[in-house]
Amino acid sequence: MKYQPVIGLEIHVQLLTDSKIFCGCSTKFGAEPNSQTCPVCLGLPGALPVFNEKVAEFAIKAGLATNCTISPRSIFARKNYFYPDLPKGYQISQFEEPICQKGWLDIHVDGDLKRIGITRIHMEEDAGKLVHGDVSGLEDGSGVDLNRACTPLLEIVSEPDLRSADEAIAYLKKVHQIVTWLGICDGNMEEGSFRCDANVSVMPVGSQTFGTRAEIKNVNSFKFVKQAIEHEIERQIDLIEDGGTVVQETRLFDPNSGKTRSMRGKEEAHDYRYFPDPDLVPLVVDDAWVQRVHGELPELPEHKIQRFITEFGVTEYDAEVLTSSRTLAEYFEACLTFHHNGKAVSNWVMGEVTRALNDAGKNISQCPVLPSQLAALLKLIDSGTISGKIAKTVFDEMWKSGKEPGEIVEEQGLIQVSDSGAIEAIIDEILAREAGQVAEYRSGKEKLFGFFVGQVMKASKGKANPALVNELLLKKLHG
Amino acid sequence: MPMEIFDLTIHELRDKLESKEVSSVEATRAMLARIEATDPKIRSFITVTPEQALLDAEAADRCIADGKAGTLTGIPLALKDIFLTEGIRTTCGSRMLHNFIPPYSATSWEKLKEQGAVLLGKLNQDEFAMGSSNESSCFGPSRNPWNTECIPGGSSGGSAAAVAARQATATLGTDTGGSIRQPASHCGCVGLKPTYGRVSRYGVIAYASSLDQVGPLTRDVTDCAIMLGAIAGHDPKDSTSVDTPVPDYRAALTGNIKGLRIGLPKEYFIEGLDPDVQKAMAQAIETYRNLGADFVDISLPHTDYAVATYYLIATAEASSNLARYDGVRFGHRSPQSEGLIDMMTKSRSEGFGLEVKRRIMIGTYALSSGYYDAYYVKAQKVRTLILRDFIQAFEGVDVILTPVAPTPAFKIGEKINDPLQMYLSDIFTIPVNLAGTCAIALPAGFSTNGLPIGLQLIGKPFGEEAILRAAQAFEQATDWHNRQAEL
Repeated sequence: MKYQPVIGLEIHVQLLTDSKIFCGCSTKFGAEPNSQTCPVCLGLPGALPVFNEKVAEFAIKAGLATNCTISPRSIFARKNYFYPDLPKGYQISQFEEPICQKGWLDIHVDGDLKRIGITRIHMEEDAGKLVHGDVSGLEDGSGVDLNRACTPLLEIVSEPDLRSADEAIAYLKKVHQIVTWLGICDGNMEEGSFRCDANVSVMPVGSQTFGTRAEIKNVNSFKFVKQAIEHEIERQIDLIEDGGTVVQETRLFDPNSGKTRSMRGKEEAHDYRYFPDPDLVPLVVDDAWVQRVHGELPELPEHKIQRFITEFGVTEYDAEVLTSSRTLAEYFEACLTFHHNGKAVSNWVMGEVTRALNDAGKNISQCPVLPSQLAALLKLIDSGTISGKIAKTVFDEMWKSGKEPGEIVEEQGLIQVSDSGAIEAIIDEILAREAGQVAEYRSGKEKLFGFFVGQVMKASKGKANPALVNELLLKKLHG
Repeated sequence: MPMEIFDLTIHELRDKLESKEVSSVEATRAMLARIEATDPKIRSFITVTPEQALLDAEAADRCIADGKAGTLTGIPLALKDIFLTEGIRTTCGSRMLHNFIPPYSATSWEKLKEQGAVLLGKLNQDEFAMGSSNESSCFGPSRNPWNTECIPGGSSGGSAAAVAARQATATLGTDTGGSIRQPASHCGCVGLKPTYGRVSRYGVIAYASSLDQVGPLTRDVTDCAIMLGAIAGHDPKDSTSVDTPVPDYRAALTGNIKGLRIGLPKEYFIEGLDPDVQKAMAQAIETYRNLGADFVDISLPHTDYAVATYYLIATAEASSNLARYDGVRFGHRSPQSEGLIDMMTKSRSEGFGLEVKRRIMIGTYALSSGYYDAYYVKAQKVRTLILRDFIQAFEGVDVILTPVAPTPAFKIGEKINDPLQMYLSDIFTIPVNLAGTCAIALPAGFSTNGLPIGLQLIGKPFGEEAILRAAQAFEQATDWHNRQAEL
């Protein structure tokens, strides 16, 4: 019996608003515990929530970017349960009437395009954080840090349309790209600003009924999500083939063992007793608001990719890499405004620039070489002033000193020698010197050509125009 | 009859403060002495704040001397212990908060403070505002100043008793199902529940979020208009507070109600109404006729469902609002517990009283999976029908006249073991909260054994002016409000 996995993802996106969703406290990460709190997010008696409309704006952006319908009216609901990191004993979320519904995203898997449905996107507040161990003088205690409490989250729920761990990762990465692209989330999985829970089940191939699903939590990297899903699929298939049944439960992923384990026995199935929050009024989103947000959307990755291919002659693969982040795409486009060679710019951005950024542990927004400067460098190559090889040296110097390429080329006398006469003179000198090797070459050792090229480049201190060197050497060697 | 300072109303005290006949410090001292003398018997106060009160009074006197005084400057007030007061213990009548010192104050108190009011202390109440007799307070019940064996009413029992015993010039209470109006009626003072959204709920410990409202308890209607004007208004910290202008409520007290159309809902004038209440109502109707009002018979057909509807919606919201009392951050934490669930369970079991636990259980049940539609959602639908009853009725009348409570104050201990009987005592006040509209209770007579009986005037949403005007006209034509409890 062959089984097919069915996967749905619930993604929690922590929003980059300045203040929390229901109070004016700061959302900045890393502050002293409980220093960014007030009666509202502390859940003190008598405190009341006031909705931060910026959160709705971010939700609408996310909804538009994922082809959702934006609900003209949505309701905040209380999700009731007890836990020390949940100060009010309930989380303000959305239940029956979320802000966005019925969207989709297309993903590429193995060269195929697949559409993944998005059931809903809703807004909710985050809980605080528990700290265990040496806390406030207690050797083995637990502390509650409520700085994170009431931080705005978007929960993006997919339809159970995913059929493999690879598809799940492709979808996860797509969502990650979109929320960071829109600037509504920093996408930091390790810090927890982008979290993923996976619902996994299996069913016999060809079946129409889904199997019982398990929910996997606590996965904080793309790699672990893939691992966790693959392991869970295997676990469920093994269980069924051994005659067992899959139980609906929450399982935690353990990155050390690569396995999931049941959380059962810790808590029973929760009845959250959702009801509309009487402290908040319904959120009304009219057409004008949606249009305004729509007008403020940046060009989305798909459009940019198409445009890079058609306008700048970039390959599809390169276009995808260049749009892996909005700042990278914008850097690329900025270069093109100065120098219209799409292929050259994309090669250099994906090549030297990326290498240098990785070595320095920087991201593109911290790149010391400005787009105008990179463009100037490429112009020098295209005009034959310097060779591609020399350009790499110049680039390194630009990175370190911040100087213009032209300046560096002049200072270091790196202008490419394209004077046939000069090159011929060097060649003559070398061939005269290496008469023995010349004889070997002429008697059939074709490999020695590279040796001669090397000698000419060395003699010219790398400045000889390589194409010319090849041309002239060939002529001289073959008479 | 020589008036003691503590007998004065707000407007009378204001006159004396302006004329410098009395200083705020003197008035405050008089109230504090009165509290000391009478509270062992009445038990209105949970916390008295004499040092703070005198500091407030001194500041007020300076303000008066500078000619910058407002209507409430230097007036000694007290607040139900449900209002958060920064730095001053706020218990809500519960063991759960017996040691809670809030880091911030309720908006309604801040507004009064800004206007120079003096805080005498925090008043007794049913625990977490759940009750109709003040008997569920962990500090024991307040007593009715007219007969200390009787309840003062609830949940704002202390607020009403303090006014009736002249321990405070006026007080603030909260009203979720009648908790201002019923004790006002039982204690012979004026009590107003404003329209939902008229006064901010920020800093008021929540019982039932869609029903709670803050309101004044006072000696007379003029004071009530003054207090309402001082606390009403939009608060950006309360998403349910309404952004409409606050009228000059005192200016509405023209004394002229000729042609006022008063509705008499047949569902409220039922067989078996206590004979003393019946008599008081009949007299009131006569009084209003003489003042030139016209009566219209109306029907509020869904009245019978109001108590059940209330006890589903209020308890559901309360079960959620009280979840924050888990022993983690503030309030009572059980000293002996093992592990998280044990700590929370024990803290809540020890901190909450019986009635609170009862209502949390009912509310949790009403929201639980499988029952939510049949109970909570159904109750909300019936609530809409009750609201519609009022909207339709107000198309033909200006105000609605009803009794406040089916009987005068009962004896302490009489109903505490019969919760359902207790719940039914709110039968005339609850529909107003469900509809979200405004109502006032004022003295309208006495029972044969000397206990006060009030009448209720229900107004349209944001129609406080009409009910204040109708109330004051009645007050001026009668003498009930001048009688004082002898202590």
